[in-house]
Amino acid sequence: MDTPLLLSVTDLTVHHGQLCAVDSVSFQVGHGDVLAVIGANGAGKSTLLRTIAGLHHATSGGINFEGQDISASPAHRRVTSGISLVPEGRRLFQSMTLEENLLVGAHKAAPGTFDIAAVYELFPWMPDRRKSKVRQFSGGEQQAVAIGRALVANPKVLMLDEVSLGLAPIVIERIYEIIPQIVASGIGVLLVEQDVSQGLRVATRVLCLLEGRTTLEGRPDELTSEQIEIAYFGSHLGAEGERESA
Amino acid sequence: MTLLNILVEGTLIGGFYALFACGLSLMFGVMKVINLAHGDMAVVAGYVAVFLAPKWHVAEIWSFLIVVPLFAILGYVVQRTLLQKSIDRDPFTTLLVTFGLSVIIENLLLAVYSANGQSVNIGSLVSKSFQLNSSTYVSYVALTVLGVAVLVLGALQVFLSRTNTGRVIRAVSDDREAAQLCGANYKHLFGIAAAISFATVALAGISYGMMTEFVPTSGGANLLFAFEAVVIGGIGSLWGTLVGGIALGIAQQWGAHINPAYQILFGNFLFLIVLAIRPQGLFGRKEAMA
Amino acid sequence: MSDTLTPTSSLLKIQRSTFSPFFSLGGVVAISIFFTLAPWMLAASWVSILSNFFILVIMATMWNLLAGYAGMISIGQQGFVGMGAYATLYFALKGMNPFVAIPFAALACGVIAIPITFLLLRLRGGYFSVATWVVADSAMLLVLSVAYLGGGTGKYMPGLLTLPSTQLNHDVYLATWIGAFVVLLGTYLLLRSRVGLLLSSMRDNEVAARSAGAKVTSTRRMIYVVVAIGCGVAGGVLSVSQPFVQPGNEFQLQFAAEMLFATMIGGLGTIEGPILGSIIFFALQQSLQNWGVWYLVIFGSLAVAISIWQPEGLWGAIRNRFHVELLPVGYRVKEPRA
Repeated sequence: MDTPLLLSVTDLTVHHGQLCAVDSVSFQVGHGDVLAVIGANGAGKSTLLRTIAGLHHATSGGINFEGQDISASPAHRRVTSGISLVPEGRRLFQSMTLEENLLVGAHKAAPGTFDIAAVYELFPWMPDRRKSKVRQFSGGEQQAVAIGRALVANPKVLMLDEVSLGLAPIVIERIYEIIPQIVASGIGVLLVEQDVSQGLRVATRVLCLLEGRTTLEGRPDELTSEQIEIAYFGSHLGAEGERESA
Repeated sequence: MTLLNILVEGTLIGGFYALFACGLSLMFGVMKVINLAHGDMAVVAGYVAVFLAPKWHVAEIWSFLIVVPLFAILGYVVQRTLLQKSIDRDPFTTLLVTFGLSVIIENLLLAVYSANGQSVNIGSLVSKSFQLNSSTYVSYVALTVLGVAVLVLGALQVFLSRTNTGRVIRAVSDDREAAQLCGANYKHLFGIAAAISFATVALAGISYGMMTEFVPTSGGANLLFAFEAVVIGGIGSLWGTLVGGIALGIAQQWGAHINPAYQILFGNFLFLIVLAIRPQGLFGRKEAMA
Repeated sequence: MSDTLTPTSSLLKIQRSTFSPFFSLGGVVAISIFFTLAPWMLAASWVSILSNFFILVIMATMWNLLAGYAGMISIGQQGFVGMGAYATLYFALKGMNPFVAIPFAALACGVIAIPITFLLLRLRGGYFSVATWVVADSAMLLVLSVAYLGGGTGKYMPGLLTLPSTQLNHDVYLATWIGAFVVLLGTYLLLRSRVGLLLSSMRDNEVAARSAGAKVTSTRRMIYVVVAIGCGVAGGVLSVSQPFVQPGNEFQLQFAAEMLFATMIGGLGTIEGPILGSIIFFALQQSLQNWGVWYLVIFGSLAVAISIWQPEGLWGAIRNRFHVELLPVGYRVKEPRA
């Protein structure tokens, strides 16, 4: 992989009070990469993304973006640097219209290919609904708006946290269809996904977390489903019919 | 004829209440802060207009031109320092801190300026009025204050719905974290909301001083009215605050008409009734109730 | 993280206090004897100061119970102080001995509080606080309009003027001391009981407490009524300590400030805190006597600073530093010395 580095996370450790949510995790994301972080509930995936976005303080470890250490940078400044997070649960501005949500997303936008018009092209149903209040939208539509709102800031790294949560399979597919278009413009994507097969389908690399620690890393085509199962659930819970590992 | 009197007087005073209350409404809507020192800030503005403006060779009637921007700056600073620290802790602390500030300010004013009544000198304008009918007079000052209230609320509404900063402020009040993820520096925006709040309350305080006498403890009663106006009209709605203020004013005038001792009581009852049957207020959204 | 979890419960002890209980009890008894005999031992001016001190202790303890333990921040407790004062006046006007009327007046406050809770307890946070203020304000306004109780001008408390002044001072002092003792004892016992445990769980995490079966709203209702009664006691003794009962005196917003500041400075959520805060308040008030209202400015500034930087107050700081609890209400797990 010789794509230039955008995001470099080194030995990142994050605590929630006394609980260690992320334990010495390291990885890199470059232009055009799609890194899927998979793992069971509570494995630390969302905490990881939120810490990179600046919403949570890391206990130790480094977060480098384009060579600069951003771990001391407040969340709003990381956006202008080029990191955008689509948070878990969509978190749209409920009192506002679709267009207003996008406008807020764009108010500190870096120069780049993605502006509101580009997002409208990505989701052709949006222009007709731009004056509608988002609280009337369906789950899938809201998720699309949330992604659009993050894109409009022209990020270099886009982070997606559980975008498939609560959505019907066909809607999830449609959402994931746009990932290649995003990646084509050089954006690096870091996504957290509970649906393992969906994550594997779209990823160029996979990282598996269990109780905050990295248990597996590699390219989807190089990993067997058995390896993934062990990494996901832990080695003492063996696969069906297998003896427990020592 | 007394019905007309009640309606006219109630509407006029309601305009003042709305001007007084819009800053309170803004701070609560954006930062979820109930600033118990809000009323006292108005009184401080009155004292600054009366005692300090002449020192700067400004006639009291024009003092607002200096005092309002000054208070905007003061609001930003107080928010970024003291209030932000309280907000970072919890709403409990914020309530306690603003209550403490209120007591400190009132007693400081008492210590420095004594309990003598003061008013903002506007010369003979203070008593000029025009006649509506045989028993109803409309004071020019009160009418002007109502006009100013409508203008300020309108400007605030436009600011929040049409401008970039206003939109981002609304975003922050909807979902602070999501707004941060869009690049919003929420502490700075809180500062702006506080600046606007202090500026409008300074205007209200000076207006109050033009209409009547004030003493160091005048802030308390007016804070109560402001809060009642906001709750009756509905949190999150600026025009609601105007309607709430007028409704409160009318209720009070009606009470006063029956028995002068009932004036404030009727307003309190209206407030408590609204809280009991429709806590989000006349124009408030149900989701606005935390 | 250890690989195995060995049960050590056989080695852990559950204690209620750090000191030997006899030490605390002995201390309390000694202080109680001192205060009971005070009128015969101290100068009259000190006795007056102590009377006012006890009134503040009652108010602060009650405010602390409401805010520090039940999580309800009220800025309207002065309403019940006033109601207690005026209920005492009412019973006295009807012929009762004012001192005897005090407990009845306090109970009346409790009864009045019950319907009020049905409005107030539906409110959260700042709404609740301001509503308490409106209720107190309304109570004062209602009293103002009743001519029988003296209206705006006020009335002399019947039955007091005929007593010689030293005896009156002593009687007033004893009333405030007994009031404070009963309120403190009642609070202590309440917090050591199941209710106290319930309050702790509600304070820490309301949702979890509800799901564990805690009756949150009815507990809050009970505490609000208890606090109303306590403030009624304060109002009752206040009304006998000054010959003239006036709305301006009995419903003062300043009481709200005093009970709040005293509790925050002394230490929210502890029984010792309001007492310590009241001591500091009186020390400050006495030493700054010639400076008029400046003591309130300083006291207020102290309360603000403590709210932000040391929210557990002075007693909280002492307790954390020295691990000492004079009037313990919680449970402590004592691990065996390694």
